[in-house]
Amino acid sequence: MGAAAGAGLLVPYRDALALDTPGKLGTPLGPYGERSPFEKAVRWRRDTKTPETGSSFTPIQDSVGTLTPSSLHYERHHSGIPTIDPAQHRLVIHGLVERPLSLSMEEIRRLPSVTRILFLECGGNSGSEWADKTGVDVQRSYGLLSGSEWTGVPLSLLLAEVGVKPGASWVIAEGADACRMERSIPLSKAMDNSLLAFGQNGEAIRPAQGYPLRLINPGWEGNTNVKWLHSLKVTNQAYMARDETAKYTELMPDGKAWIFTYEMDAKSVITFPSGGQTLPRRGPYELTGLAWSGRGTIERVEVTLDGGRSWVNARLHEPRLPIALTRFRLPWRFDGREAVIASRAIDDTGYVQPTREALIAARGTNSNYHFNGIKFWIVRADGTVTNVDA
Amino acid sequence: MWTRSVVVLWLAAAVRLAAQSPTYGVGRPPTPEEIRGLGSAIAPDGEGLPEGSGTVAAGREVFAAQCSRCHGPNGDGNVGPVLVGGQGTLRSPRPLKTVGSYWPYATTLWDYINRAMPFDQPGLLKPPEVYAAVAYILNLNGIIREDHVIDATSLPKIVMPNRNGFIPDPRPKTRNRKTN
Repeated sequence: MGAAAGAGLLVPYRDALALDTPGKLGTPLGPYGERSPFEKAVRWRRDTKTPETGSSFTPIQDSVGTLTPSSLHYERHHSGIPTIDPAQHRLVIHGLVERPLSLSMEEIRRLPSVTRILFLECGGNSGSEWADKTGVDVQRSYGLLSGSEWTGVPLSLLLAEVGVKPGASWVIAEGADACRMERSIPLSKAMDNSLLAFGQNGEAIRPAQGYPLRLINPGWEGNTNVKWLHSLKVTNQAYMARDETAKYTELMPDGKAWIFTYEMDAKSVITFPSGGQTLPRRGPYELTGLAWSGRGTIERVEVTLDGGRSWVNARLHEPRLPIALTRFRLPWRFDGREAVIASRAIDDTGYVQPTREALIAARGTNSNYHFNGIKFWIVRADGTVTNVDA
Repeated sequence: MWTRSVVVLWLAAAVRLAAQSPTYGVGRPPTPEEIRGLGSAIAPDGEGLPEGSGTVAAGREVFAAQCSRCHGPNGDGNVGPVLVGGQGTLRSPRPLKTVGSYWPYATTLWDYINRAMPFDQPGLLKPPEVYAAVAYILNLNGIIREDHVIDATSLPKIVMPNRNGFIPDPRPKTRNRKTN
């Protein structure tokens, strides 16, 4: 090091700094950052006559690491995104409690808080995969999925503060959006690990994610994570809201439907190479994707390159956190021969992500929600990548 | 035995006392205005239902004025979902899930119309209009007769066709670690 530095001490002056073309100043410093204009990844959504309701899908084919930028977090709204002044917003906790409370955001932020990295997945993510024709790309078929760091106050802390009365067993959560989105949450979950989150990825939660206050139920379907939270009513019964009866229930072939299906089972998908992408040339690549489980930590991800005949362990990015996105990767050489690729996740409960066929055999094709089947892609000889039905 | 009972009683009282002393002392009791500003959450036993009532005939008018532009004049669906029919289809390859064929509780219909409808003006309808719209949609589905009046007493008593169509999540309860 010293010798090299010494040897290089005398640099011909014309090579030291002077360039053929003098340097040009870049743009000035700014108050709030934007991504590079060369980066184009955006959420996708269907055209609709009612743009205030629907879903927008995270471009997970372009994701790196395990967190989703707040600006690309998937959305599912029912009556638009409200504009809420945090100075006016209050959370009311009432019902079967000793001391009903109305809290300002300032008061909530004064309480002891915690920070957790968690995935959030819509209960309807991959719902298109139940159909005969499966999704053509990973954004539209697996993109109601995002990962964030959430900061907030444990709900159990405030439930202790209001004093839950004997006989209480549910908490009815309601948002301040136009439709007053409502879900019933078992008191056991609220006491276990629910959060009243005001922070996301190092700043205030974005309006589209529930600003200024969102209920976070780790590992549970997205709809239970009520945005723009303004009411928690402690009760002795579930309220059988529209979004826990008519929707977010799974109809089985025998005509019965599962209700209160909260946990998101272990799931994974290859994001590169994935449908719609093209490998520009033969040679070495790093195959990569995401794995997650609402019941715990991803223990292992296996990848097949031969349509499921053989499976190898992928490498997992660390740290692996419970109920968080886990990135897997596998060095791979594309040699111009067709490859049928897929991943399957195993979580620390021992649960193994099932095939689509096994899910359909168990649940039929009309259950809409909680699809967590293995997704196969075909890498064609010409380097194009498609879903298996293409 | 007597001693143990006293201890249990004392412990229960102590727990109750503990529950009665807030640790942080934040917040204040909600005002009546604040409570009114929240949606009226309606329980399946009818708890939370307000005064008022509605008839099928009145509901026909409410529906024509406020609902039909999205749900069609007879609830057949358009921009908004179909509200009628589908009974007997839940076991078929193409089930039609509607208020009549799928929804387990009539109270849910009241709760949802009141909080979320009409789509572009949620909260527009007054309680008698909500009762009436509920009556009309239930009548369209053949669940109540034309002369049935819907109010806080009669609504929770309605037995929906798919009342027993739901079972709790049967997925294996795998070792679910407490993670906080």
